[in-house]
Amino acid sequence: MSNSVALSFQNVTKNFGGLTAVDKVNFDIRDNEVFGLIGPNGSGKTTVLDLVSGLLRLSSGKIISYDKKISGKTSAQIARRGVSRTFQLVRMLPTLNVKENIASGGVFGFRRYRRKELDRKVNYMMSQVGLTGKGMLPITMLTYIDQKRVELARALMSDPKIILLDEWLAGLNPTEMKIGINLISGIRYEGRTVVVVEHHMEAIRSLCDRCIVMNSGQTIAEGKPNEVLNDERVISAYLGVGNA
Amino acid sequence: MKHRENYSLNIKRRELYGLIASIFAFGLAATLPIFNTGYVLSLGVTIVMYTVLSTSWALFSGPTHYISLATAAFFGIGMYIVGGGLEIYSFPILIAIAGCVGAILAALIGLATLRLSGVYFVIFTLGLSELIRQLVTWAQTTMGTSSGLYVLIDVTESQIYWELLTIAAFVFLIGWCINRSKIGFALKIIGNDEKVARHVGINTAAVKIVLFMISGSIASITGAILAPRWTYIEPTIAFSPMLSFLVVIMALIGGAHRLWGPILGVIPFALCWDFITAKFPNQTALMLGLAFLLIVYAIPHGFAGLGEKYWGKFKHWRDFRV
Amino acid sequence: MDIVIVGILLGGAYALMAMGLQLQYGVAKIMNLANGEMLVAGSFAAFWFFTSAQVSPLLAILVVAPMAFIFNWLVYKIFMRYLVKKARSEGQLEVNSILSTFGQSFILVGLMLALFGGEYFSYSYLEKPYTLFGQPYELNRVVAFLFAIFFCCVLYFWLNRTRLGLTLRAVSVNPEASGLVGIDVPNISALAFGLGGAVTAVGGSLLSMFLTFDASVGVIFTMKALVIVIMGGVRDIRGTILVAFILGLTETAVASLIDPGLTLAAAYLLFILILLFRPEGIFGKRST
Ligand SMILES: Nc1ncnc2c1ncn2[C@@H]1O[C@H](COP(=O)(O)OP(=O)(O)O)[C@@H](O)[C@H]1O
Ligand SMILES: [Mg+2]
Repeated sequence: MSNSVALSFQNVTKNFGGLTAVDKVNFDIRDNEVFGLIGPNGSGKTTVLDLVSGLLRLSSGKIISYDKKISGKTSAQIARRGVSRTFQLVRMLPTLNVKENIASGGVFGFRRYRRKELDRKVNYMMSQVGLTGKGMLPITMLTYIDQKRVELARALMSDPKIILLDEWLAGLNPTEMKIGINLISGIRYEGRTVVVVEHHMEAIRSLCDRCIVMNSGQTIAEGKPNEVLNDERVISAYLGVGNA
Repeated sequence: MKHRENYSLNIKRRELYGLIASIFAFGLAATLPIFNTGYVLSLGVTIVMYTVLSTSWALFSGPTHYISLATAAFFGIGMYIVGGGLEIYSFPILIAIAGCVGAILAALIGLATLRLSGVYFVIFTLGLSELIRQLVTWAQTTMGTSSGLYVLIDVTESQIYWELLTIAAFVFLIGWCINRSKIGFALKIIGNDEKVARHVGINTAAVKIVLFMISGSIASITGAILAPRWTYIEPTIAFSPMLSFLVVIMALIGGAHRLWGPILGVIPFALCWDFITAKFPNQTALMLGLAFLLIVYAIPHGFAGLGEKYWGKFKHWRDFRV
Repeated sequence: MDIVIVGILLGGAYALMAMGLQLQYGVAKIMNLANGEMLVAGSFAAFWFFTSAQVSPLLAILVVAPMAFIFNWLVYKIFMRYLVKKARSEGQLEVNSILSTFGQSFILVGLMLALFGGEYFSYSYLEKPYTLFGQPYELNRVVAFLFAIFFCCVLYFWLNRTRLGLTLRAVSVNPEASGLVGIDVPNISALAFGLGGAVTAVGGSLLSMFLTFDASVGVIFTMKALVIVIMGGVRDIRGTILVAFILGLTETAVASLIDPGLTLAAAYLLFILILLFRPEGIFGKRST
């Protein structure tokens, strides 16, 4: 593991009108670690990912990735620098089939494939996420979990350096969850940095090297999952909002 | 169920048939001036003109869902370039200039509006031809004496027809290339979900601007080619907003999501329009209104969509009959 | 000075017209491109009352407003509601409502052409000089202005001070959350759409007191209203009113200093500048 910093948040703030969704947040995510972002609903986790991926503009502060500032760049520029993501609510391309949906991730981004190579990469990604044989189906015929798989495959198509997963495991049953956890830890062994937003404590314990807990837009604890999850402030933050 | 493979360059058999059929259709259409040089030919010119304009309109608006009402502005500029430049340059050079000016104007409009939502774009393009018309009228009355321009050049209706037909072939060729290219794939993604498009690394603004430039440039060229049809051009003729509306209606009635869609709308609608303007000149607005409502409430994907739906049903019936 | 006052007098009616569109776009989320035709219909109604029955346009408003309300309410219920329900995305609703209201605008033009013909119309009501700051102005302009301002104020206070007005504003800011707290969003939207149409038609009746109009001039007013609403920042009524005056002033200045044929060009140049430098409108909050 190298020492370089994959993502560095420096006084990152985001206001929506009067509401401060992310409030002067400071933390670093190291290269090639699986980093967890946890906290009750509405605490600002998705907003943090949106700020990284350029979907939202920062109100103040900056985000630095591998010594280069990425805040202020467009989503497309950030994607081309090797940051890709999935969305909390899956976003499919409904008029395209499964293969085309996945291929869309590997044509314009960080790593670009063409023709035969593209086809090979798509097939490889489908076998990785468990969609073999479904390539020609219309995307609307897939189950929810399969759509999540498509989205993960699409995000991985460009061989990103950093991948952001927003509640990718949510809504899966226990068996699917196991498969999902294995999938995600597989990604890190390909040398990528993985940022996960999750609610499922077991998943966080088994996946994450380190994590950070957010509450009302602020970070309230940072460290190894076991330490953090036993922290009193964290427990009360979760209980306070009535969310487990 | 067939699904076309994107972003690959091997020609499929079905596309080959399509290609042969279109070459044949173009060849057949090209013979029209041999048989008639009167009313039918002038109707032919109108139909080919709308085919070019609607098809190129749909190249941009089909996948992006931005409704452009700027056709009249580009068209009028093309006409005026020919009208104003004939004393200095030859006709072919002016056509090329018209294409370039159209593209540049489209790029400027695109830079100002395509970053924003679709409403801004519609409103902006809606006013654009009126804006340019007012500016041209003003410039002519303050600088010159007359409010129009003479286009004195010897071009027959048949020549105009063939020129337009060439442009039409060119538009279809461009459309076909775009569909198979990387930019075509990008457009499909943008049309589905622009946020996803940006997150997979597509510079969506640039893609949209390029497509709008192609479409604007073709409309200007069409205006330039048609300028000799009027010996005297005036701002009200060149920048008639009706043209923009007709192009939108024809493209959408035909089906803007397919390259061959708009032409399905152009032929019936142009014929209807010709009939209505001749017989009931006061009811044209009513007819346009009904056409818009028809598009929204009855055939949202145009004739092309309707055809595809029934073709799908027919195939389903055929395949499961046994 | 002359330009300033004429511009301000014109701006009053523009403000009313734009507020109508703003209610329709802001609350009901429908960009109504038939708005200008509603305005012209208001003008025709006032014209008809005045020429056939000698009824003052100011009284005609009492009939024009409820008629326009009912008409627009029905349009929303019949045409727009269907689109709202069918839409799978905001973009789709936007495209469909643009096309549908374009269709409605053409149909209205066709109907007005059939009823009144294609000539230009005007009538003379209160065509007396009225002295303001030592200069004479037409009385009808001044009266129309005062009425427009009165209606703007009523609308403003209604939106800010009454329960129903606040409900409308809630739907404008966040339809989903409004639905969750028990607001009947579809009906409120229909109400706002009808009200917007009524306000615009009243604006048309007032404008007809001093402007010449014809059946197909609506689209020009639609464009002006759109420019005003967008420049003012879609949700801010104060912005709309201010921009309406800016537009009235600019048009008057351009018409008297450069050329009367360039008024729309002037509005558009303003619009372009706003699009380039403050796309969220002069008063709009810069969002994401
Ligand atoms: N586009 C937006 N506009 C206004 N408020 C928003 C927007 N997106 C998120 N919020 C608010 O910001 C806060 C944080 O939301 P989010 O980041 O989605 O939380 P989480 O993902 O942790 O559940 C919430 O209070 C939410 O309502
Ligand atoms: Mg979230």
